[in-house]
Amino acid sequence: MLCATDLSFAYDARQPVLAGVSLEVRAGALVGVLGPNGSGKTTLLRLLAGIRRPTSGTVTLDGRPLHAYSRRALAARMAVVPQETHLAFDYSVMEMVLMGRHPHLGVFEVEGPADLAVARDALAATSVAHLENRDFATLSGGEKQRVVIAAALAQATDVLLLDEPTSSLDLGAQLDIAQLLVDLNTTRGVTVVVSTHDLALASGICRELVLLRQGRVQAAGATAEVLTADQVRALYDVDADVHVHPVTGHLSVVPLRRAAR
Amino acid sequence: MTTGVRRRMWTVLPLCAAGAVAAIVIAPTVGSTSISLTRAFDTSIPWADNVDAQIFFVARLPRVLAAAVVGATLAASGVVLQALLRNPLATPFTLGVSAGAALGAMIVIAAGLDVGALGVSTVPMASFAGSMGATAIVYWLARSQRRGLSTNVLLLAGVTLNAFFSALIMFVQYLADFTQSFRTLRWLMGDLDVGSYGPLVAAAPFVLLSFAVFAVLPRTLNLLTLGSDVAAARGVDVARAERLAFVSASLATGAAVSLAGPIGFIGIVVPHLVRLLVGADHRVVLPASAFFGAAFLIGCDLVSRTALAPLELPVGIVTAMIGGPFFLWQLVRHS
Repeated sequence: MLCATDLSFAYDARQPVLAGVSLEVRAGALVGVLGPNGSGKTTLLRLLAGIRRPTSGTVTLDGRPLHAYSRRALAARMAVVPQETHLAFDYSVMEMVLMGRHPHLGVFEVEGPADLAVARDALAATSVAHLENRDFATLSGGEKQRVVIAAALAQATDVLLLDEPTSSLDLGAQLDIAQLLVDLNTTRGVTVVVSTHDLALASGICRELVLLRQGRVQAAGATAEVLTADQVRALYDVDADVHVHPVTGHLSVVPLRRAAR
Repeated sequence: MTTGVRRRMWTVLPLCAAGAVAAIVIAPTVGSTSISLTRAFDTSIPWADNVDAQIFFVARLPRVLAAAVVGATLAASGVVLQALLRNPLATPFTLGVSAGAALGAMIVIAAGLDVGALGVSTVPMASFAGSMGATAIVYWLARSQRRGLSTNVLLLAGVTLNAFFSALIMFVQYLADFTQSFRTLRWLMGDLDVGSYGPLVAAAPFVLLSFAVFAVLPRTLNLLTLGSDVAAARGVDVARAERLAFVSASLATGAAVSLAGPIGFIGIVVPHLVRLLVGADHRVVLPASAFFGAAFLIGCDLVSRTALAPLELPVGIVTAMIGGPFFLWQLVRHS
């Protein structure tokens, strides 16, 4: 459904961020994007969401190039959860979530009961319904991230792109977000693409992985095939032990040492 | 809460609008000669005999309307620019618009080109031209290749241009003679005494055009304050929205400054006060700030006319002296 072909991108012509990246995200997929810092994960998500246009190459959604969609039409299909959200002004949680309804409202239209119901449903799905009337700025990191995801859910899209959604969260909150993504994917049929540094999250919930290194796809495919000791070494320059964990049944990656280059 | 913004729009906005209208009607009755409102609006008395009506409509109403227009415009522009720059400390004058306007006015006054016809003099025209020149320069500098405006460059360019124009203003003042120098200084303090309806009519097209753009902006401004990536992902055409916001706010500010000089404090105090009272949603904040700004400046101008009567205080001094402490009090009370 979401298909990138030979994407290249540079913020500055001398330093390409992505070079020749191709990948396909099928409807209903749950794809993880792994890669060291600066490998182009965030940029790839921006291009997939149509926030930036690639220097060369195309992204298509259901066969149509993204630039053929209006911004609104695109936002009605794909939602993005950014790494961090900083507010210049104090919005309440409900206001934040209702802002997800933007692509579904006319210029002068004000959110009605139906939009409110969608927002409440999204807050319930991310288990923060009780925070509805709080100021967003007063929430903890984990609560904020759930509210931001709820806003993306309120956008009612069939694709959800998340940029390191668990990077600033504690262990319990990380697990909650992981479970939430699985639930959205399985029960609501949302197609999920999530970039992360968390290999436990990647192996635990993602059925497919894309490994990005220096702006190129190092490997892509089913998680069990892609997540090997060799690939981890090539990706992060880290020697790791990769084995199937006896309790979870997922691949477990234990870093051993910095690999000799 | 949470029938939320609808309820607030239906309660707060009519209240603010009523306040602004009341200020416009009541303010002209106050002054050196007290007049009766009922007599001023009594159509059974012939116009030539109705002194109250003449004082109300001819002597005082233009000035009150000027205060309303300038107050509403500066407050609304402040809201728009704070959202655009994602910076609660931005004012309508942050981006060099007022400095450009001031330079235009200074040059015309100092060069002795100050002439008037049909109630519209060359000073406001020059100041409006100056403000549009400054806007064009800042806009041109901040326009990055394919991505609309860079708000960081916008801010830096505006602040730098402000400083540069201030130096030029001082230079022009240094060259000017004593009377001209006093006139330029007086212009910088702000003056709402427009004298007739002429200047208001001249400013009206620009103000109306800006407010027409303001009307479509609020929900987009909400999203812009979350960052341009988030706004884009929610369906906002960020480049277009930023362009609209910048140009409309600059046009409105330019018109307001050409009408009454650079009256400070309205553009930052009013939006903040309104946010403290009604929350941050721009669909409420923007129109409420416009109404509140109108009422606030009418009130300040009333003080400037009456406090030391028959002497008249420059209104810019009054807005700062009332607005500053009031704002600080609100800030302490709410934090």
